[in-house]
Amino acid sequence: MNTDTVKSTETKDEWAPDRNVGAVAVVGAGIAGMQSALDLAESGYRVYLLEKNTTIGGVMAQLDKTFPTNDCSTCMISPKLIEVAGNPNIEIITGASIEQFEGRPGDFTLGVLLSPRYVDESRCTACGECAKVCPVEISSTFNEDLSTRKAAYKHFPQAIPSAFAIEKKGTAPCKAACPAHISVQGYVALIRQGKIQEALNLIRRDNPLPAICGRVCTHPCEAACSRGDVDEAIAIKDLKRVAADYEFHSGAKVLPAMKESRKEKVAVVGSGPAGLSAAYYLALEGYGVTIFETLPAAGGMLRYGIPEYRLPRDILDYEIDFIREMGVEIRLNTPVEDHETLSGLQAGGYSAAFLATGAHKPLELNVEGEDLNGVYQGVDFLRRIGLGDNPPVGKRVAVIGGGNVAMDAVRSALRIGAREACIIYRRSEEEMPAYGEEIEEAREENVRFHLLTTPTKILGDPNGRVQSLELIRMELGEPDESGRRRPVPVAGSEYRMEVDTVITAIGQTVASGFDPAKAGLKTTRRATFAVDPITFQTSVPWIFAGGDMVSGPATVIEAVAAGKEAAVSIDRMIRGEDLRAGRERPVTIAYPEPASHAPHPRQRFTRIDAPERIHSFSEVQRALTLEQAKDEAGRCLSCGVCSECYQCVEACQANAIRHDMEPGIRKLNVGAVVLAGGYRPFEAERKPEYGYGRYPNVITSLEFERILSAAGPFAGHIRRLSDGKDPVRIAWIQCVGSRDSAGNQDYCSSVCCMYATKQAIIAKEHDSRIQPTIFFMDIRAHGKGFDRYYERAKTDHGIRYTRSMISRVTENPVTHDLYIHYLDEQGAFQDETFDLVILSVGLRPHPETADTARKLGVRLNAWGFAEEQPFDLVATSREGVYCCGVLQSPKDIPETVAQASSAAAKVQELLWKSRGSLIDSMDYPEERDVLGEEPRIGVFVCHCGINIAGIVDVKELAEYAKSLPHVEVSSDTLFACSTDSQSTMREVIRQHNLNRVVVTSCSPRTHEPLFQDNLQKAGLNKYLFEMANIRDQCSWVHQQHPKEATEKAKDLLRMSVARASLLEPLHEIPFEVTRKGLVVGGGVSGMTAALSLADQGFETTLVEKNDMLGGEAAKLFFTARNDDTAAYVRDLDRRIREHPKVTLLTGAEIVESKGHVGKFTTTVRKDGGLHTVEHGATIIATGGSEYAPQEYLFGRHPAVLTQRDFHGMMAAGDKRIKLLKSVAMIQCVGSREPEHPYCSRICCTQAVTNALKLKEINPNSDVYILYRDIRTFGMNELYYKKARQKGVRFIRYDPTRKPEVADRGNELTVTVFDQNMHTELELPVQAVILSAAIRPRPESKPLASTLKLPMDADGFFLEAHVKLRPLEFSNAGHFLCGLAHSPKFLEESVAQAKGAASRAATILSKERMFAGGQVAVVDRERCVLCMTCARTCPFGVPKVADDGFIHIDAAECRGCGNCASACPRKLIQVQHMKDDQTIAKETGIYPLDDLIRELQHFMGGTR
Amino acid sequence: MDGSELKIIAMVCTYCTYTAADMAGSMRLQYPHNVRIVKLPCTGKVDTIHILKSFQAGADAILVGG
Repeated sequence: MNTDTVKSTETKDEWAPDRNVGAVAVVGAGIAGMQSALDLAESGYRVYLLEKNTTIGGVMAQLDKTFPTNDCSTCMISPKLIEVAGNPNIEIITGASIEQFEGRPGDFTLGVLLSPRYVDESRCTACGECAKVCPVEISSTFNEDLSTRKAAYKHFPQAIPSAFAIEKKGTAPCKAACPAHISVQGYVALIRQGKIQEALNLIRRDNPLPAICGRVCTHPCEAACSRGDVDEAIAIKDLKRVAADYEFHSGAKVLPAMKESRKEKVAVVGSGPAGLSAAYYLALEGYGVTIFETLPAAGGMLRYGIPEYRLPRDILDYEIDFIREMGVEIRLNTPVEDHETLSGLQAGGYSAAFLATGAHKPLELNVEGEDLNGVYQGVDFLRRIGLGDNPPVGKRVAVIGGGNVAMDAVRSALRIGAREACIIYRRSEEEMPAYGEEIEEAREENVRFHLLTTPTKILGDPNGRVQSLELIRMELGEPDESGRRRPVPVAGSEYRMEVDTVITAIGQTVASGFDPAKAGLKTTRRATFAVDPITFQTSVPWIFAGGDMVSGPATVIEAVAAGKEAAVSIDRMIRGEDLRAGRERPVTIAYPEPASHAPHPRQRFTRIDAPERIHSFSEVQRALTLEQAKDEAGRCLSCGVCSECYQCVEACQANAIRHDMEPGIRKLNVGAVVLAGGYRPFEAERKPEYGYGRYPNVITSLEFERILSAAGPFAGHIRRLSDGKDPVRIAWIQCVGSRDSAGNQDYCSSVCCMYATKQAIIAKEHDSRIQPTIFFMDIRAHGKGFDRYYERAKTDHGIRYTRSMISRVTENPVTHDLYIHYLDEQGAFQDETFDLVILSVGLRPHPETADTARKLGVRLNAWGFAEEQPFDLVATSREGVYCCGVLQSPKDIPETVAQASSAAAKVQELLWKSRGSLIDSMDYPEERDVLGEEPRIGVFVCHCGINIAGIVDVKELAEYAKSLPHVEVSSDTLFACSTDSQSTMREVIRQHNLNRVVVTSCSPRTHEPLFQDNLQKAGLNKYLFEMANIRDQCSWVHQQHPKEATEKAKDLLRMSVARASLLEPLHEIPFEVTRKGLVVGGGVSGMTAALSLADQGFETTLVEKNDMLGGEAAKLFFTARNDDTAAYVRDLDRRIREHPKVTLLTGAEIVESKGHVGKFTTTVRKDGGLHTVEHGATIIATGGSEYAPQEYLFGRHPAVLTQRDFHGMMAAGDKRIKLLKSVAMIQCVGSREPEHPYCSRICCTQAVTNALKLKEINPNSDVYILYRDIRTFGMNELYYKKARQKGVRFIRYDPTRKPEVADRGNELTVTVFDQNMHTELELPVQAVILSAAIRPRPESKPLASTLKLPMDADGFFLEAHVKLRPLEFSNAGHFLCGLAHSPKFLEESVAQAKGAASRAATILSKERMFAGGQVAVVDRERCVLCMTCARTCPFGVPKVADDGFIHIDAAECRGCGNCASACPRKLIQVQHMKDDQTIAKETGIYPLDDLIRELQHFMGGTR
Repeated sequence: MDGSELKIIAMVCTYCTYTAADMAGSMRLQYPHNVRIVKLPCTGKVDTIHILKSFQAGADAILVGG
């Protein structure tokens, strides 16, 4: 059935002087949030469904099965997810958290912080290609860390929004530390996967000199590496070399994709790393680049400063040639040596210049003898070697300095003839700026180190040749401005050293060929060039500068970074863009979670042996092997999660990946907020005695839930984590993080007893060998149908329940089996061995809840749940903000769903005037009449990127379509669902006058509504559409068989075309909704439901059988919280009588009801007369009653009372209460008995409440509560605890040995066998109070028969679905609440009543509903009234109408077609699923030609 | 005959089996390519006539999933 919500006809001004916004924010999109959102959206509100995660569904989506029906959780929630996604009034906003909140009820403004998803949801087709190529594997939070997933992920296949997301925690420390910000983690991850070329391409995005930097980089990344905190940093530099050498050796050089060439030219002065880098990135942008180089070969300091044994020249040449091949011209021997030449560049057509001439001028030592023959400057010395002009050296060489130039000089000296070489450095080794590696290698080569020594004089022989050095020892004093301790000479420590050659290497400074001032270029006081630190622009706008000439002598990687940034600036300048925009991004550095990582040694490269290597300039270090590299890369901790390797960007055909997304704030204007923050399980590691986290086979219940799931980490196979073995002995330990004062977890989590029971049953279903044991304190099976489930678990499934106190769990360290040490029922200590222990962890409010609540000004209680408001579970401390689900208190799914509707009702009571004001209504063009036309079918074949086209030959398929009957036109498209494809489709429909459309693409489950909508936009009836699923059912599942997949796709297409040609347009018939409610039953539930509807503006009739209102609640006076029940009920009564929109009919009963959802006519008898009530929805709230006990002398002794009577006596201030010395309360009177096998839910709490009241009135009285299990679930546990503290005595009896009550005249004696003390007690008491069961009302049965409503075995009304549709009947338009549904507390009834009102409002809010569409239609004239259809229909829709013919109501029919199949005369057809249409599809499997050919063959064969 | 040349029609319920088939797709579970799925509103909609006609048209086997 389709429905439309029409805009409200109320004028706002008439009702509301204030602005009331017709939009609602629902915070949290678990089952609670989704239900609230659906109720509100269906009732005419715009809903923003805010979810922090990347998918909606909450914890329910993680569950395997649900109790007490063992339904598959995913199967139940998936349709809900789709419903939410498909509702046009719900906007799902993922990655959302609330930052700001202001305003008043009816008009709030929310500031929502949006965390980026890094995937454009509107473009993503959820094909998963991004995840396939993603190299980062992390543990899957959805699978509770029991399996892994990629950084590009979707939590589960059915997740909504149906889009992937990329998890980024921030920038990895390595990337942040790298001056060029290379995606280090990315290329490390790619190397781990063996994707070496991809790794190299990634490095080149930020560094065009990977082979060079793979050798000489100072690798600040390694210093920052988080792996260093575990053992040693990743060998990042060495990995880079592996990637670069791979290409060098393979010869498979692939130049990067360059943009279209541009006419502008750029000059680069200097061919060192800065110049080369700038040239590379400018060439990529398409500019013509010329590098001007003074020296005869390119490379700058790389060639003339770094010796070949560190950087082989073939490697250097390779990378320079790489840049040349990209079109960069390098003019050698071409100095730009004066400012005229420089300014001449501009005149020569260069739009910009980048200066990068380095810092080559050595610093003077300033000691005597520096000009002697045999004294060299380090950089000059190295340059000459680089030029092939080896300077003469003597036998003994001394190098002064402690930097890399000094090391390079001393080691080079050895290679060109020196026999002895030493380093003289004025500080200690700790302060040496040279790399550790170089120092180490120098030592290996027998270089001696004179530390804390400085030359005072160089002494020469008479020929002016160096002879010796005069040195002085130093000691370290106070730190200087560099932070290093300043060396101070030690007086009188001078000594001499004989040397032949002295090389000074104490630093360089900038020396450009021209006077900067003349060129108008500013310099710093360090004589370096002054530039903008972000843009590298000099004081002359068209000139940029970088590298050592700006920074002073620095590293290769810093020069590369400068060149790259300058290239960005130059490109922007030429394009006329802002140079600075977006370049000063704050970086959030991500550190890995403190997880335990096993040490794994770093892979080390090897070197040529020192004695061998000092005779040549061969490269000293050998590269890691590929295997070593992969192993090394595997040590990476993936700090940032996403490594920014950009593989996904390339893999994504839909162009949906957006790595540059940033967080933002979105403002939302809403009238109300529903908080549905949900929960997380209690952290089991907080109970160390159970060994969680230490013993692998101790797991949490949620982990076990994932293990049970077929889509879980082990595909539904139950196995131990330690050894993967099938466990047989499995124990559940209850109350982990519940009923536990020690951890401030005093409350009961309400659901654990049931979910443990369910898990035990399901585990046995998975593997019948399993022997489950549940260790518990009290079994709390207090919900509808729960006690039966528990009893069946014991009797039918053989689950063992052991009442016990557990002291601890220990482990056999060899077998990893577990021992549970516990105190049994008899008080004896026991030890038992198990294979697997499951901790039934409690429920805690989601950790984000506290933060959200604080921002919304909502008060929470001591445990983080929303503070409870009297008689109103969904209200919070702030008006206009409502709560539901576990955020309110621990609860199961049906209660959550009911409360979610309840919260929606509260919103509607507040915002009813603005209902419909902010929702979209779609206007379609008039539908073209196609009746009588020959089918003209258009076929659209979707590639789905490569998802289909990669396997199925889509071109061939589209061509094939043209050969099929009735196909007018056929085409293929990259993404059929994209906006442009949709508009093309509409155009094609019009052009070719099509009257049928077939799309072959993905699943109709997700995409049929989209295409149908498009047909409507093109003026075609939406039922003229047919879809063939050639992705999910073809290309994805036959990946290895492309040929067969193509053939299958043809079959699927042919089947669809066959059906399409028989499709007929269908028109749904609108009818006016009677926008009035009918509520049956005038107790608290009925009154609340009626008032909620009336407060939402709907006229409502309340029918009550008695003359009084109030029902059972009229006999209640106070609650456990001591709220005044009587006053509350009186107020409801008053409001009902005063409300102008409520018609109250007391002393009245329903006689008959006719009609269908949205339009009922009900006859009510009152005072002998008949009244007719027209209404659109019915709420049943007929309540329950207290059982009148037959047992324990009730009715035979005046001192035997029911709890309710006793409650009334205390409330009335009965004097006798004060005289009671001792009282016994007996629980489960009439409950949990074979004839009534259900728990009455409220009695334990009621007994505790009354006991506390008695203790308050009469503190000296003794109270004994005789119980089977204390079921004070949820927050009621606190009253149980309080009662124990107050001295109420709890005595557990066994149902096989029930207490006995004996009449002793004025006194009574209760005899009971105490199960805990194992002794019989005889209690003399003055009163016995019986906790009598709650029974359904006897009047409910005839009402059920009149309205044809189903009841359960206990006589309560039966809802449509116990989990997700707890407040409605399967009969459309009928709802239920309160005790009529099952036993419950007053405030639970109130919540359900409002929830039922909300569900009813989804109908009453509509002016029109539509009947028809895909529904069953019966040929009435030929029908013989055999009633098979009526018997077959699961929903009881076919009925004999007043005219004597069978009638299948179009408004109620679900279109399942069971009746059609069953009809013996074949007189029923389901529209759109008619037999001929379906058969055409089924038989279309075989092409007619083939059939004829085969028949002919057959005929020929027999002839 | 190893079964791979058989033509199998799967008549499936839109709510459960069809969804399961979609999930098999998104999980890339590979299965024989000789099955053709027909979506029905409910397996209760499978009618004798559908089965007979399918066999008549050349189907070798029919799988009903619901």
